[in-house]
Amino acid sequence: MAENVIIELKNVSKHFGQTYAVDNFNLYVKKGEFITFLGPSGCGKTTTLRMIAGFELPTEGQILLNGKDITLLPPYKRPVNTVFQKYALFPHMDVYDNVAFGLKLKKISDGGKLRRLTTAEIDKKVKNALKIVDLEEYEARDISTLSGGQQQRIAIARAIVNEPEILLLDEPLGALDLKMRKDMQLELKEMHKKLGITFIYVTHDQEEALTLSDTVVVMKDGMIQQIGTPEDIYNEPKNAFVANFIGESNIYSGTVTGDKKVRFINHTFDCVDAFPRNEKVDVVIRPEDVHITSEEGAMASGKIVSKVFKGIHYEYIMMVGRNELTIVDTRNLEVDKVYGFNIEPDGIHIMKKELTANIYNDAYIDKNNRVVISECGFECDITSLVPGSVVDEEGYVVAPDGTRYDFTDADVKAEIGLKNIEILDDEEAGNVRGEIVSIIYKGDHYQLTVRTEQDEDFVLDTEYTYDENDLVGLSVNAQDIKLTLKGEAKKYAKK
Amino acid sequence: MDKRRFSLADFLCKFYVYILLLLMYAPILLLIVYSFTDTKIIGNWNGFSLRLYTALFNDSEIMQAFTNTFLVAISSAVVSTVLGTFGAIGIFYCSKRGKAVLEGISNIPVINAEIVTALSLTILFVFCGVKFNFLTLLIGHVVLTIPFVVLSVRPKLMQMDANIYEAALDLGATPGRALWSIIIPEIMPGVFSGFILSVTLSLDDYIITAFTRDTAFQTLSTYVYGVTSKKGTLPPSLRALTTVITLIALLILIIVNIKSTKEKENIRK
Repeated sequence: MAENVIIELKNVSKHFGQTYAVDNFNLYVKKGEFITFLGPSGCGKTTTLRMIAGFELPTEGQILLNGKDITLLPPYKRPVNTVFQKYALFPHMDVYDNVAFGLKLKKISDGGKLRRLTTAEIDKKVKNALKIVDLEEYEARDISTLSGGQQQRIAIARAIVNEPEILLLDEPLGALDLKMRKDMQLELKEMHKKLGITFIYVTHDQEEALTLSDTVVVMKDGMIQQIGTPEDIYNEPKNAFVANFIGESNIYSGTVTGDKKVRFINHTFDCVDAFPRNEKVDVVIRPEDVHITSEEGAMASGKIVSKVFKGIHYEYIMMVGRNELTIVDTRNLEVDKVYGFNIEPDGIHIMKKELTANIYNDAYIDKNNRVVISECGFECDITSLVPGSVVDEEGYVVAPDGTRYDFTDADVKAEIGLKNIEILDDEEAGNVRGEIVSIIYKGDHYQLTVRTEQDEDFVLDTEYTYDENDLVGLSVNAQDIKLTLKGEAKKYAKK
Repeated sequence: MDKRRFSLADFLCKFYVYILLLLMYAPILLLIVYSFTDTKIIGNWNGFSLRLYTALFNDSEIMQAFTNTFLVAISSAVVSTVLGTFGAIGIFYCSKRGKAVLEGISNIPVINAEIVTALSLTILFVFCGVKFNFLTLLIGHVVLTIPFVVLSVRPKLMQMDANIYEAALDLGATPGRALWSIIIPEIMPGVFSGFILSVTLSLDDYIITAFTRDTAFQTLSTYVYGVTSKKGTLPPSLRALTTVITLIALLILIIVNIKSTKEKENIRK
């Protein structure tokens, strides 16, 4: 690996009881890089940062700083400093003492001997740090007299004054208002350039991540979804989650119909990514990559159904058959009129479908011949386990040759198609209930992920609108659950 | 607004407060007033005199009890403030489950009848074969006052930004250093009020004192109880004593008030 790697995380996992906050995280950061962990709340980004700072110890894996293992090193021995979301300034000290706190504890080697910094040295460094954050005159002020933005600057000064090898920033601008946030973003970027320190930044704001970073790490459910430059992440999202999380996008289910050809929203388009023929894919199109033209000679056409003025452009929604297509255009076009549109091949991003069906590998059959998934029983067609069989009065499966099988506690793999799960508003109805944790709009339907209390995910397609965090019930028809027996049927045969 | 009705309500309100204050303070005022005359019985006034005070300060038994009381109060308050503060910090940084259990346990002496605490302590000391002495009395008072220190430190911990301890570690402070120079100063007001509360609780305690002391060791409460139950009437010099104690209590109250107004001003700044 390159020499200029400053910190490396190897197979790092963090469990809190049963839940995986961070799952097998692998990353290296180059010296001087501005890297951002981006993801929705609860994706593990802050936990990862806290493991680098030393506030949490990884359950598994290793953290290397300049090639040395620091996994178990306590925070006060690590050459990293943190800027906390709510500043965490010391209220009983004035600005000067806050900034000087770390310096007063520091020991430096001077001609082979360790010594503390002199008052004059500390004074010089504190003044310099306050100058960097533009608060030179505030030395003697009480923390409580400062505004939020000023407190955040002091927090930054308090961290950078120690000249850390890595500066960790945990949503540092989260508590500021929009205008202040924008200003601070620019200043942080400026500061990063000037200081040359490696910045590791945590945020849930995708715009902030794209503005600030050299490298963005998109996370979800404790796992890295994609690592790349802001341009890569935006232009070449690896999956539908990243595409949906970063910026506005149109996401459709499509099929590859030929060499660099993909069919979606009932039209076939040229694209640049080669995929095997007939492969089911997710297609992502950014609104600015759709070019509206006159109807003749266009690749496809649709009717504009809504128009919103956004300042520098208009945002249109066009109905293409049954699918919605979001488009941005600077021209003022008419609503309810049919227009044609073109999409350049490099504007069509294709990615392998992550999920074509819900597959549960640790399902089993209970004594009522139901399949148990995530501690919930579902009616299923138990006879599908043995071809041509029937269920007798006692609940045994009888094969055509007369063998009787008792499948109680048999381990099976259960498969449920995305379209076969019915979603119910009444959370008590249905086989299982859960909370909607993600929604991706796919032109003419939504793809929802519903998480049960047992932490099992059910992904389904629906045409109806729901909100994140809604509690819903799910039900599945018996014949829509595809069962595969693990091991031989023989061992369940009754003698 | 109807002015007449308003003033009636106003009058009743004030009347109620005055009656309440009168009931609370009349006996004390009576004692204070009659501490400046040397009659045997309250109600007779034979001229202003400081004779009761000279008698009080010359009564070596009372003066001994007086010193003993403050010795116990201050030393037990110091011990329980130290233990209670660290206890509160420990509980605060416990896991959720441990926190609930420990908080419950530390609150039991507050709810429990004092006589039960006193009895169980006595039984424990007897069981261990310990002779009743100053140490047993000190332990008794510490047991009595610790929960109140924990209770007054806890809200300060909860108000504190939970990240400041981590921020101190992050800046290179060892856990001990972070505790001493960040957490303790931050919760100092709570520690101080816990200390004052301990002193006042210990000052006027009778039950635990009576059970856990060496019988030769008199505090003011045991002394007063002793003389009143023996003679049936109040020795006149106790009137002077009451006045002195009231003044001391008043002094503590004023100090606490000045301190807390200063704090509020600091926050407002």
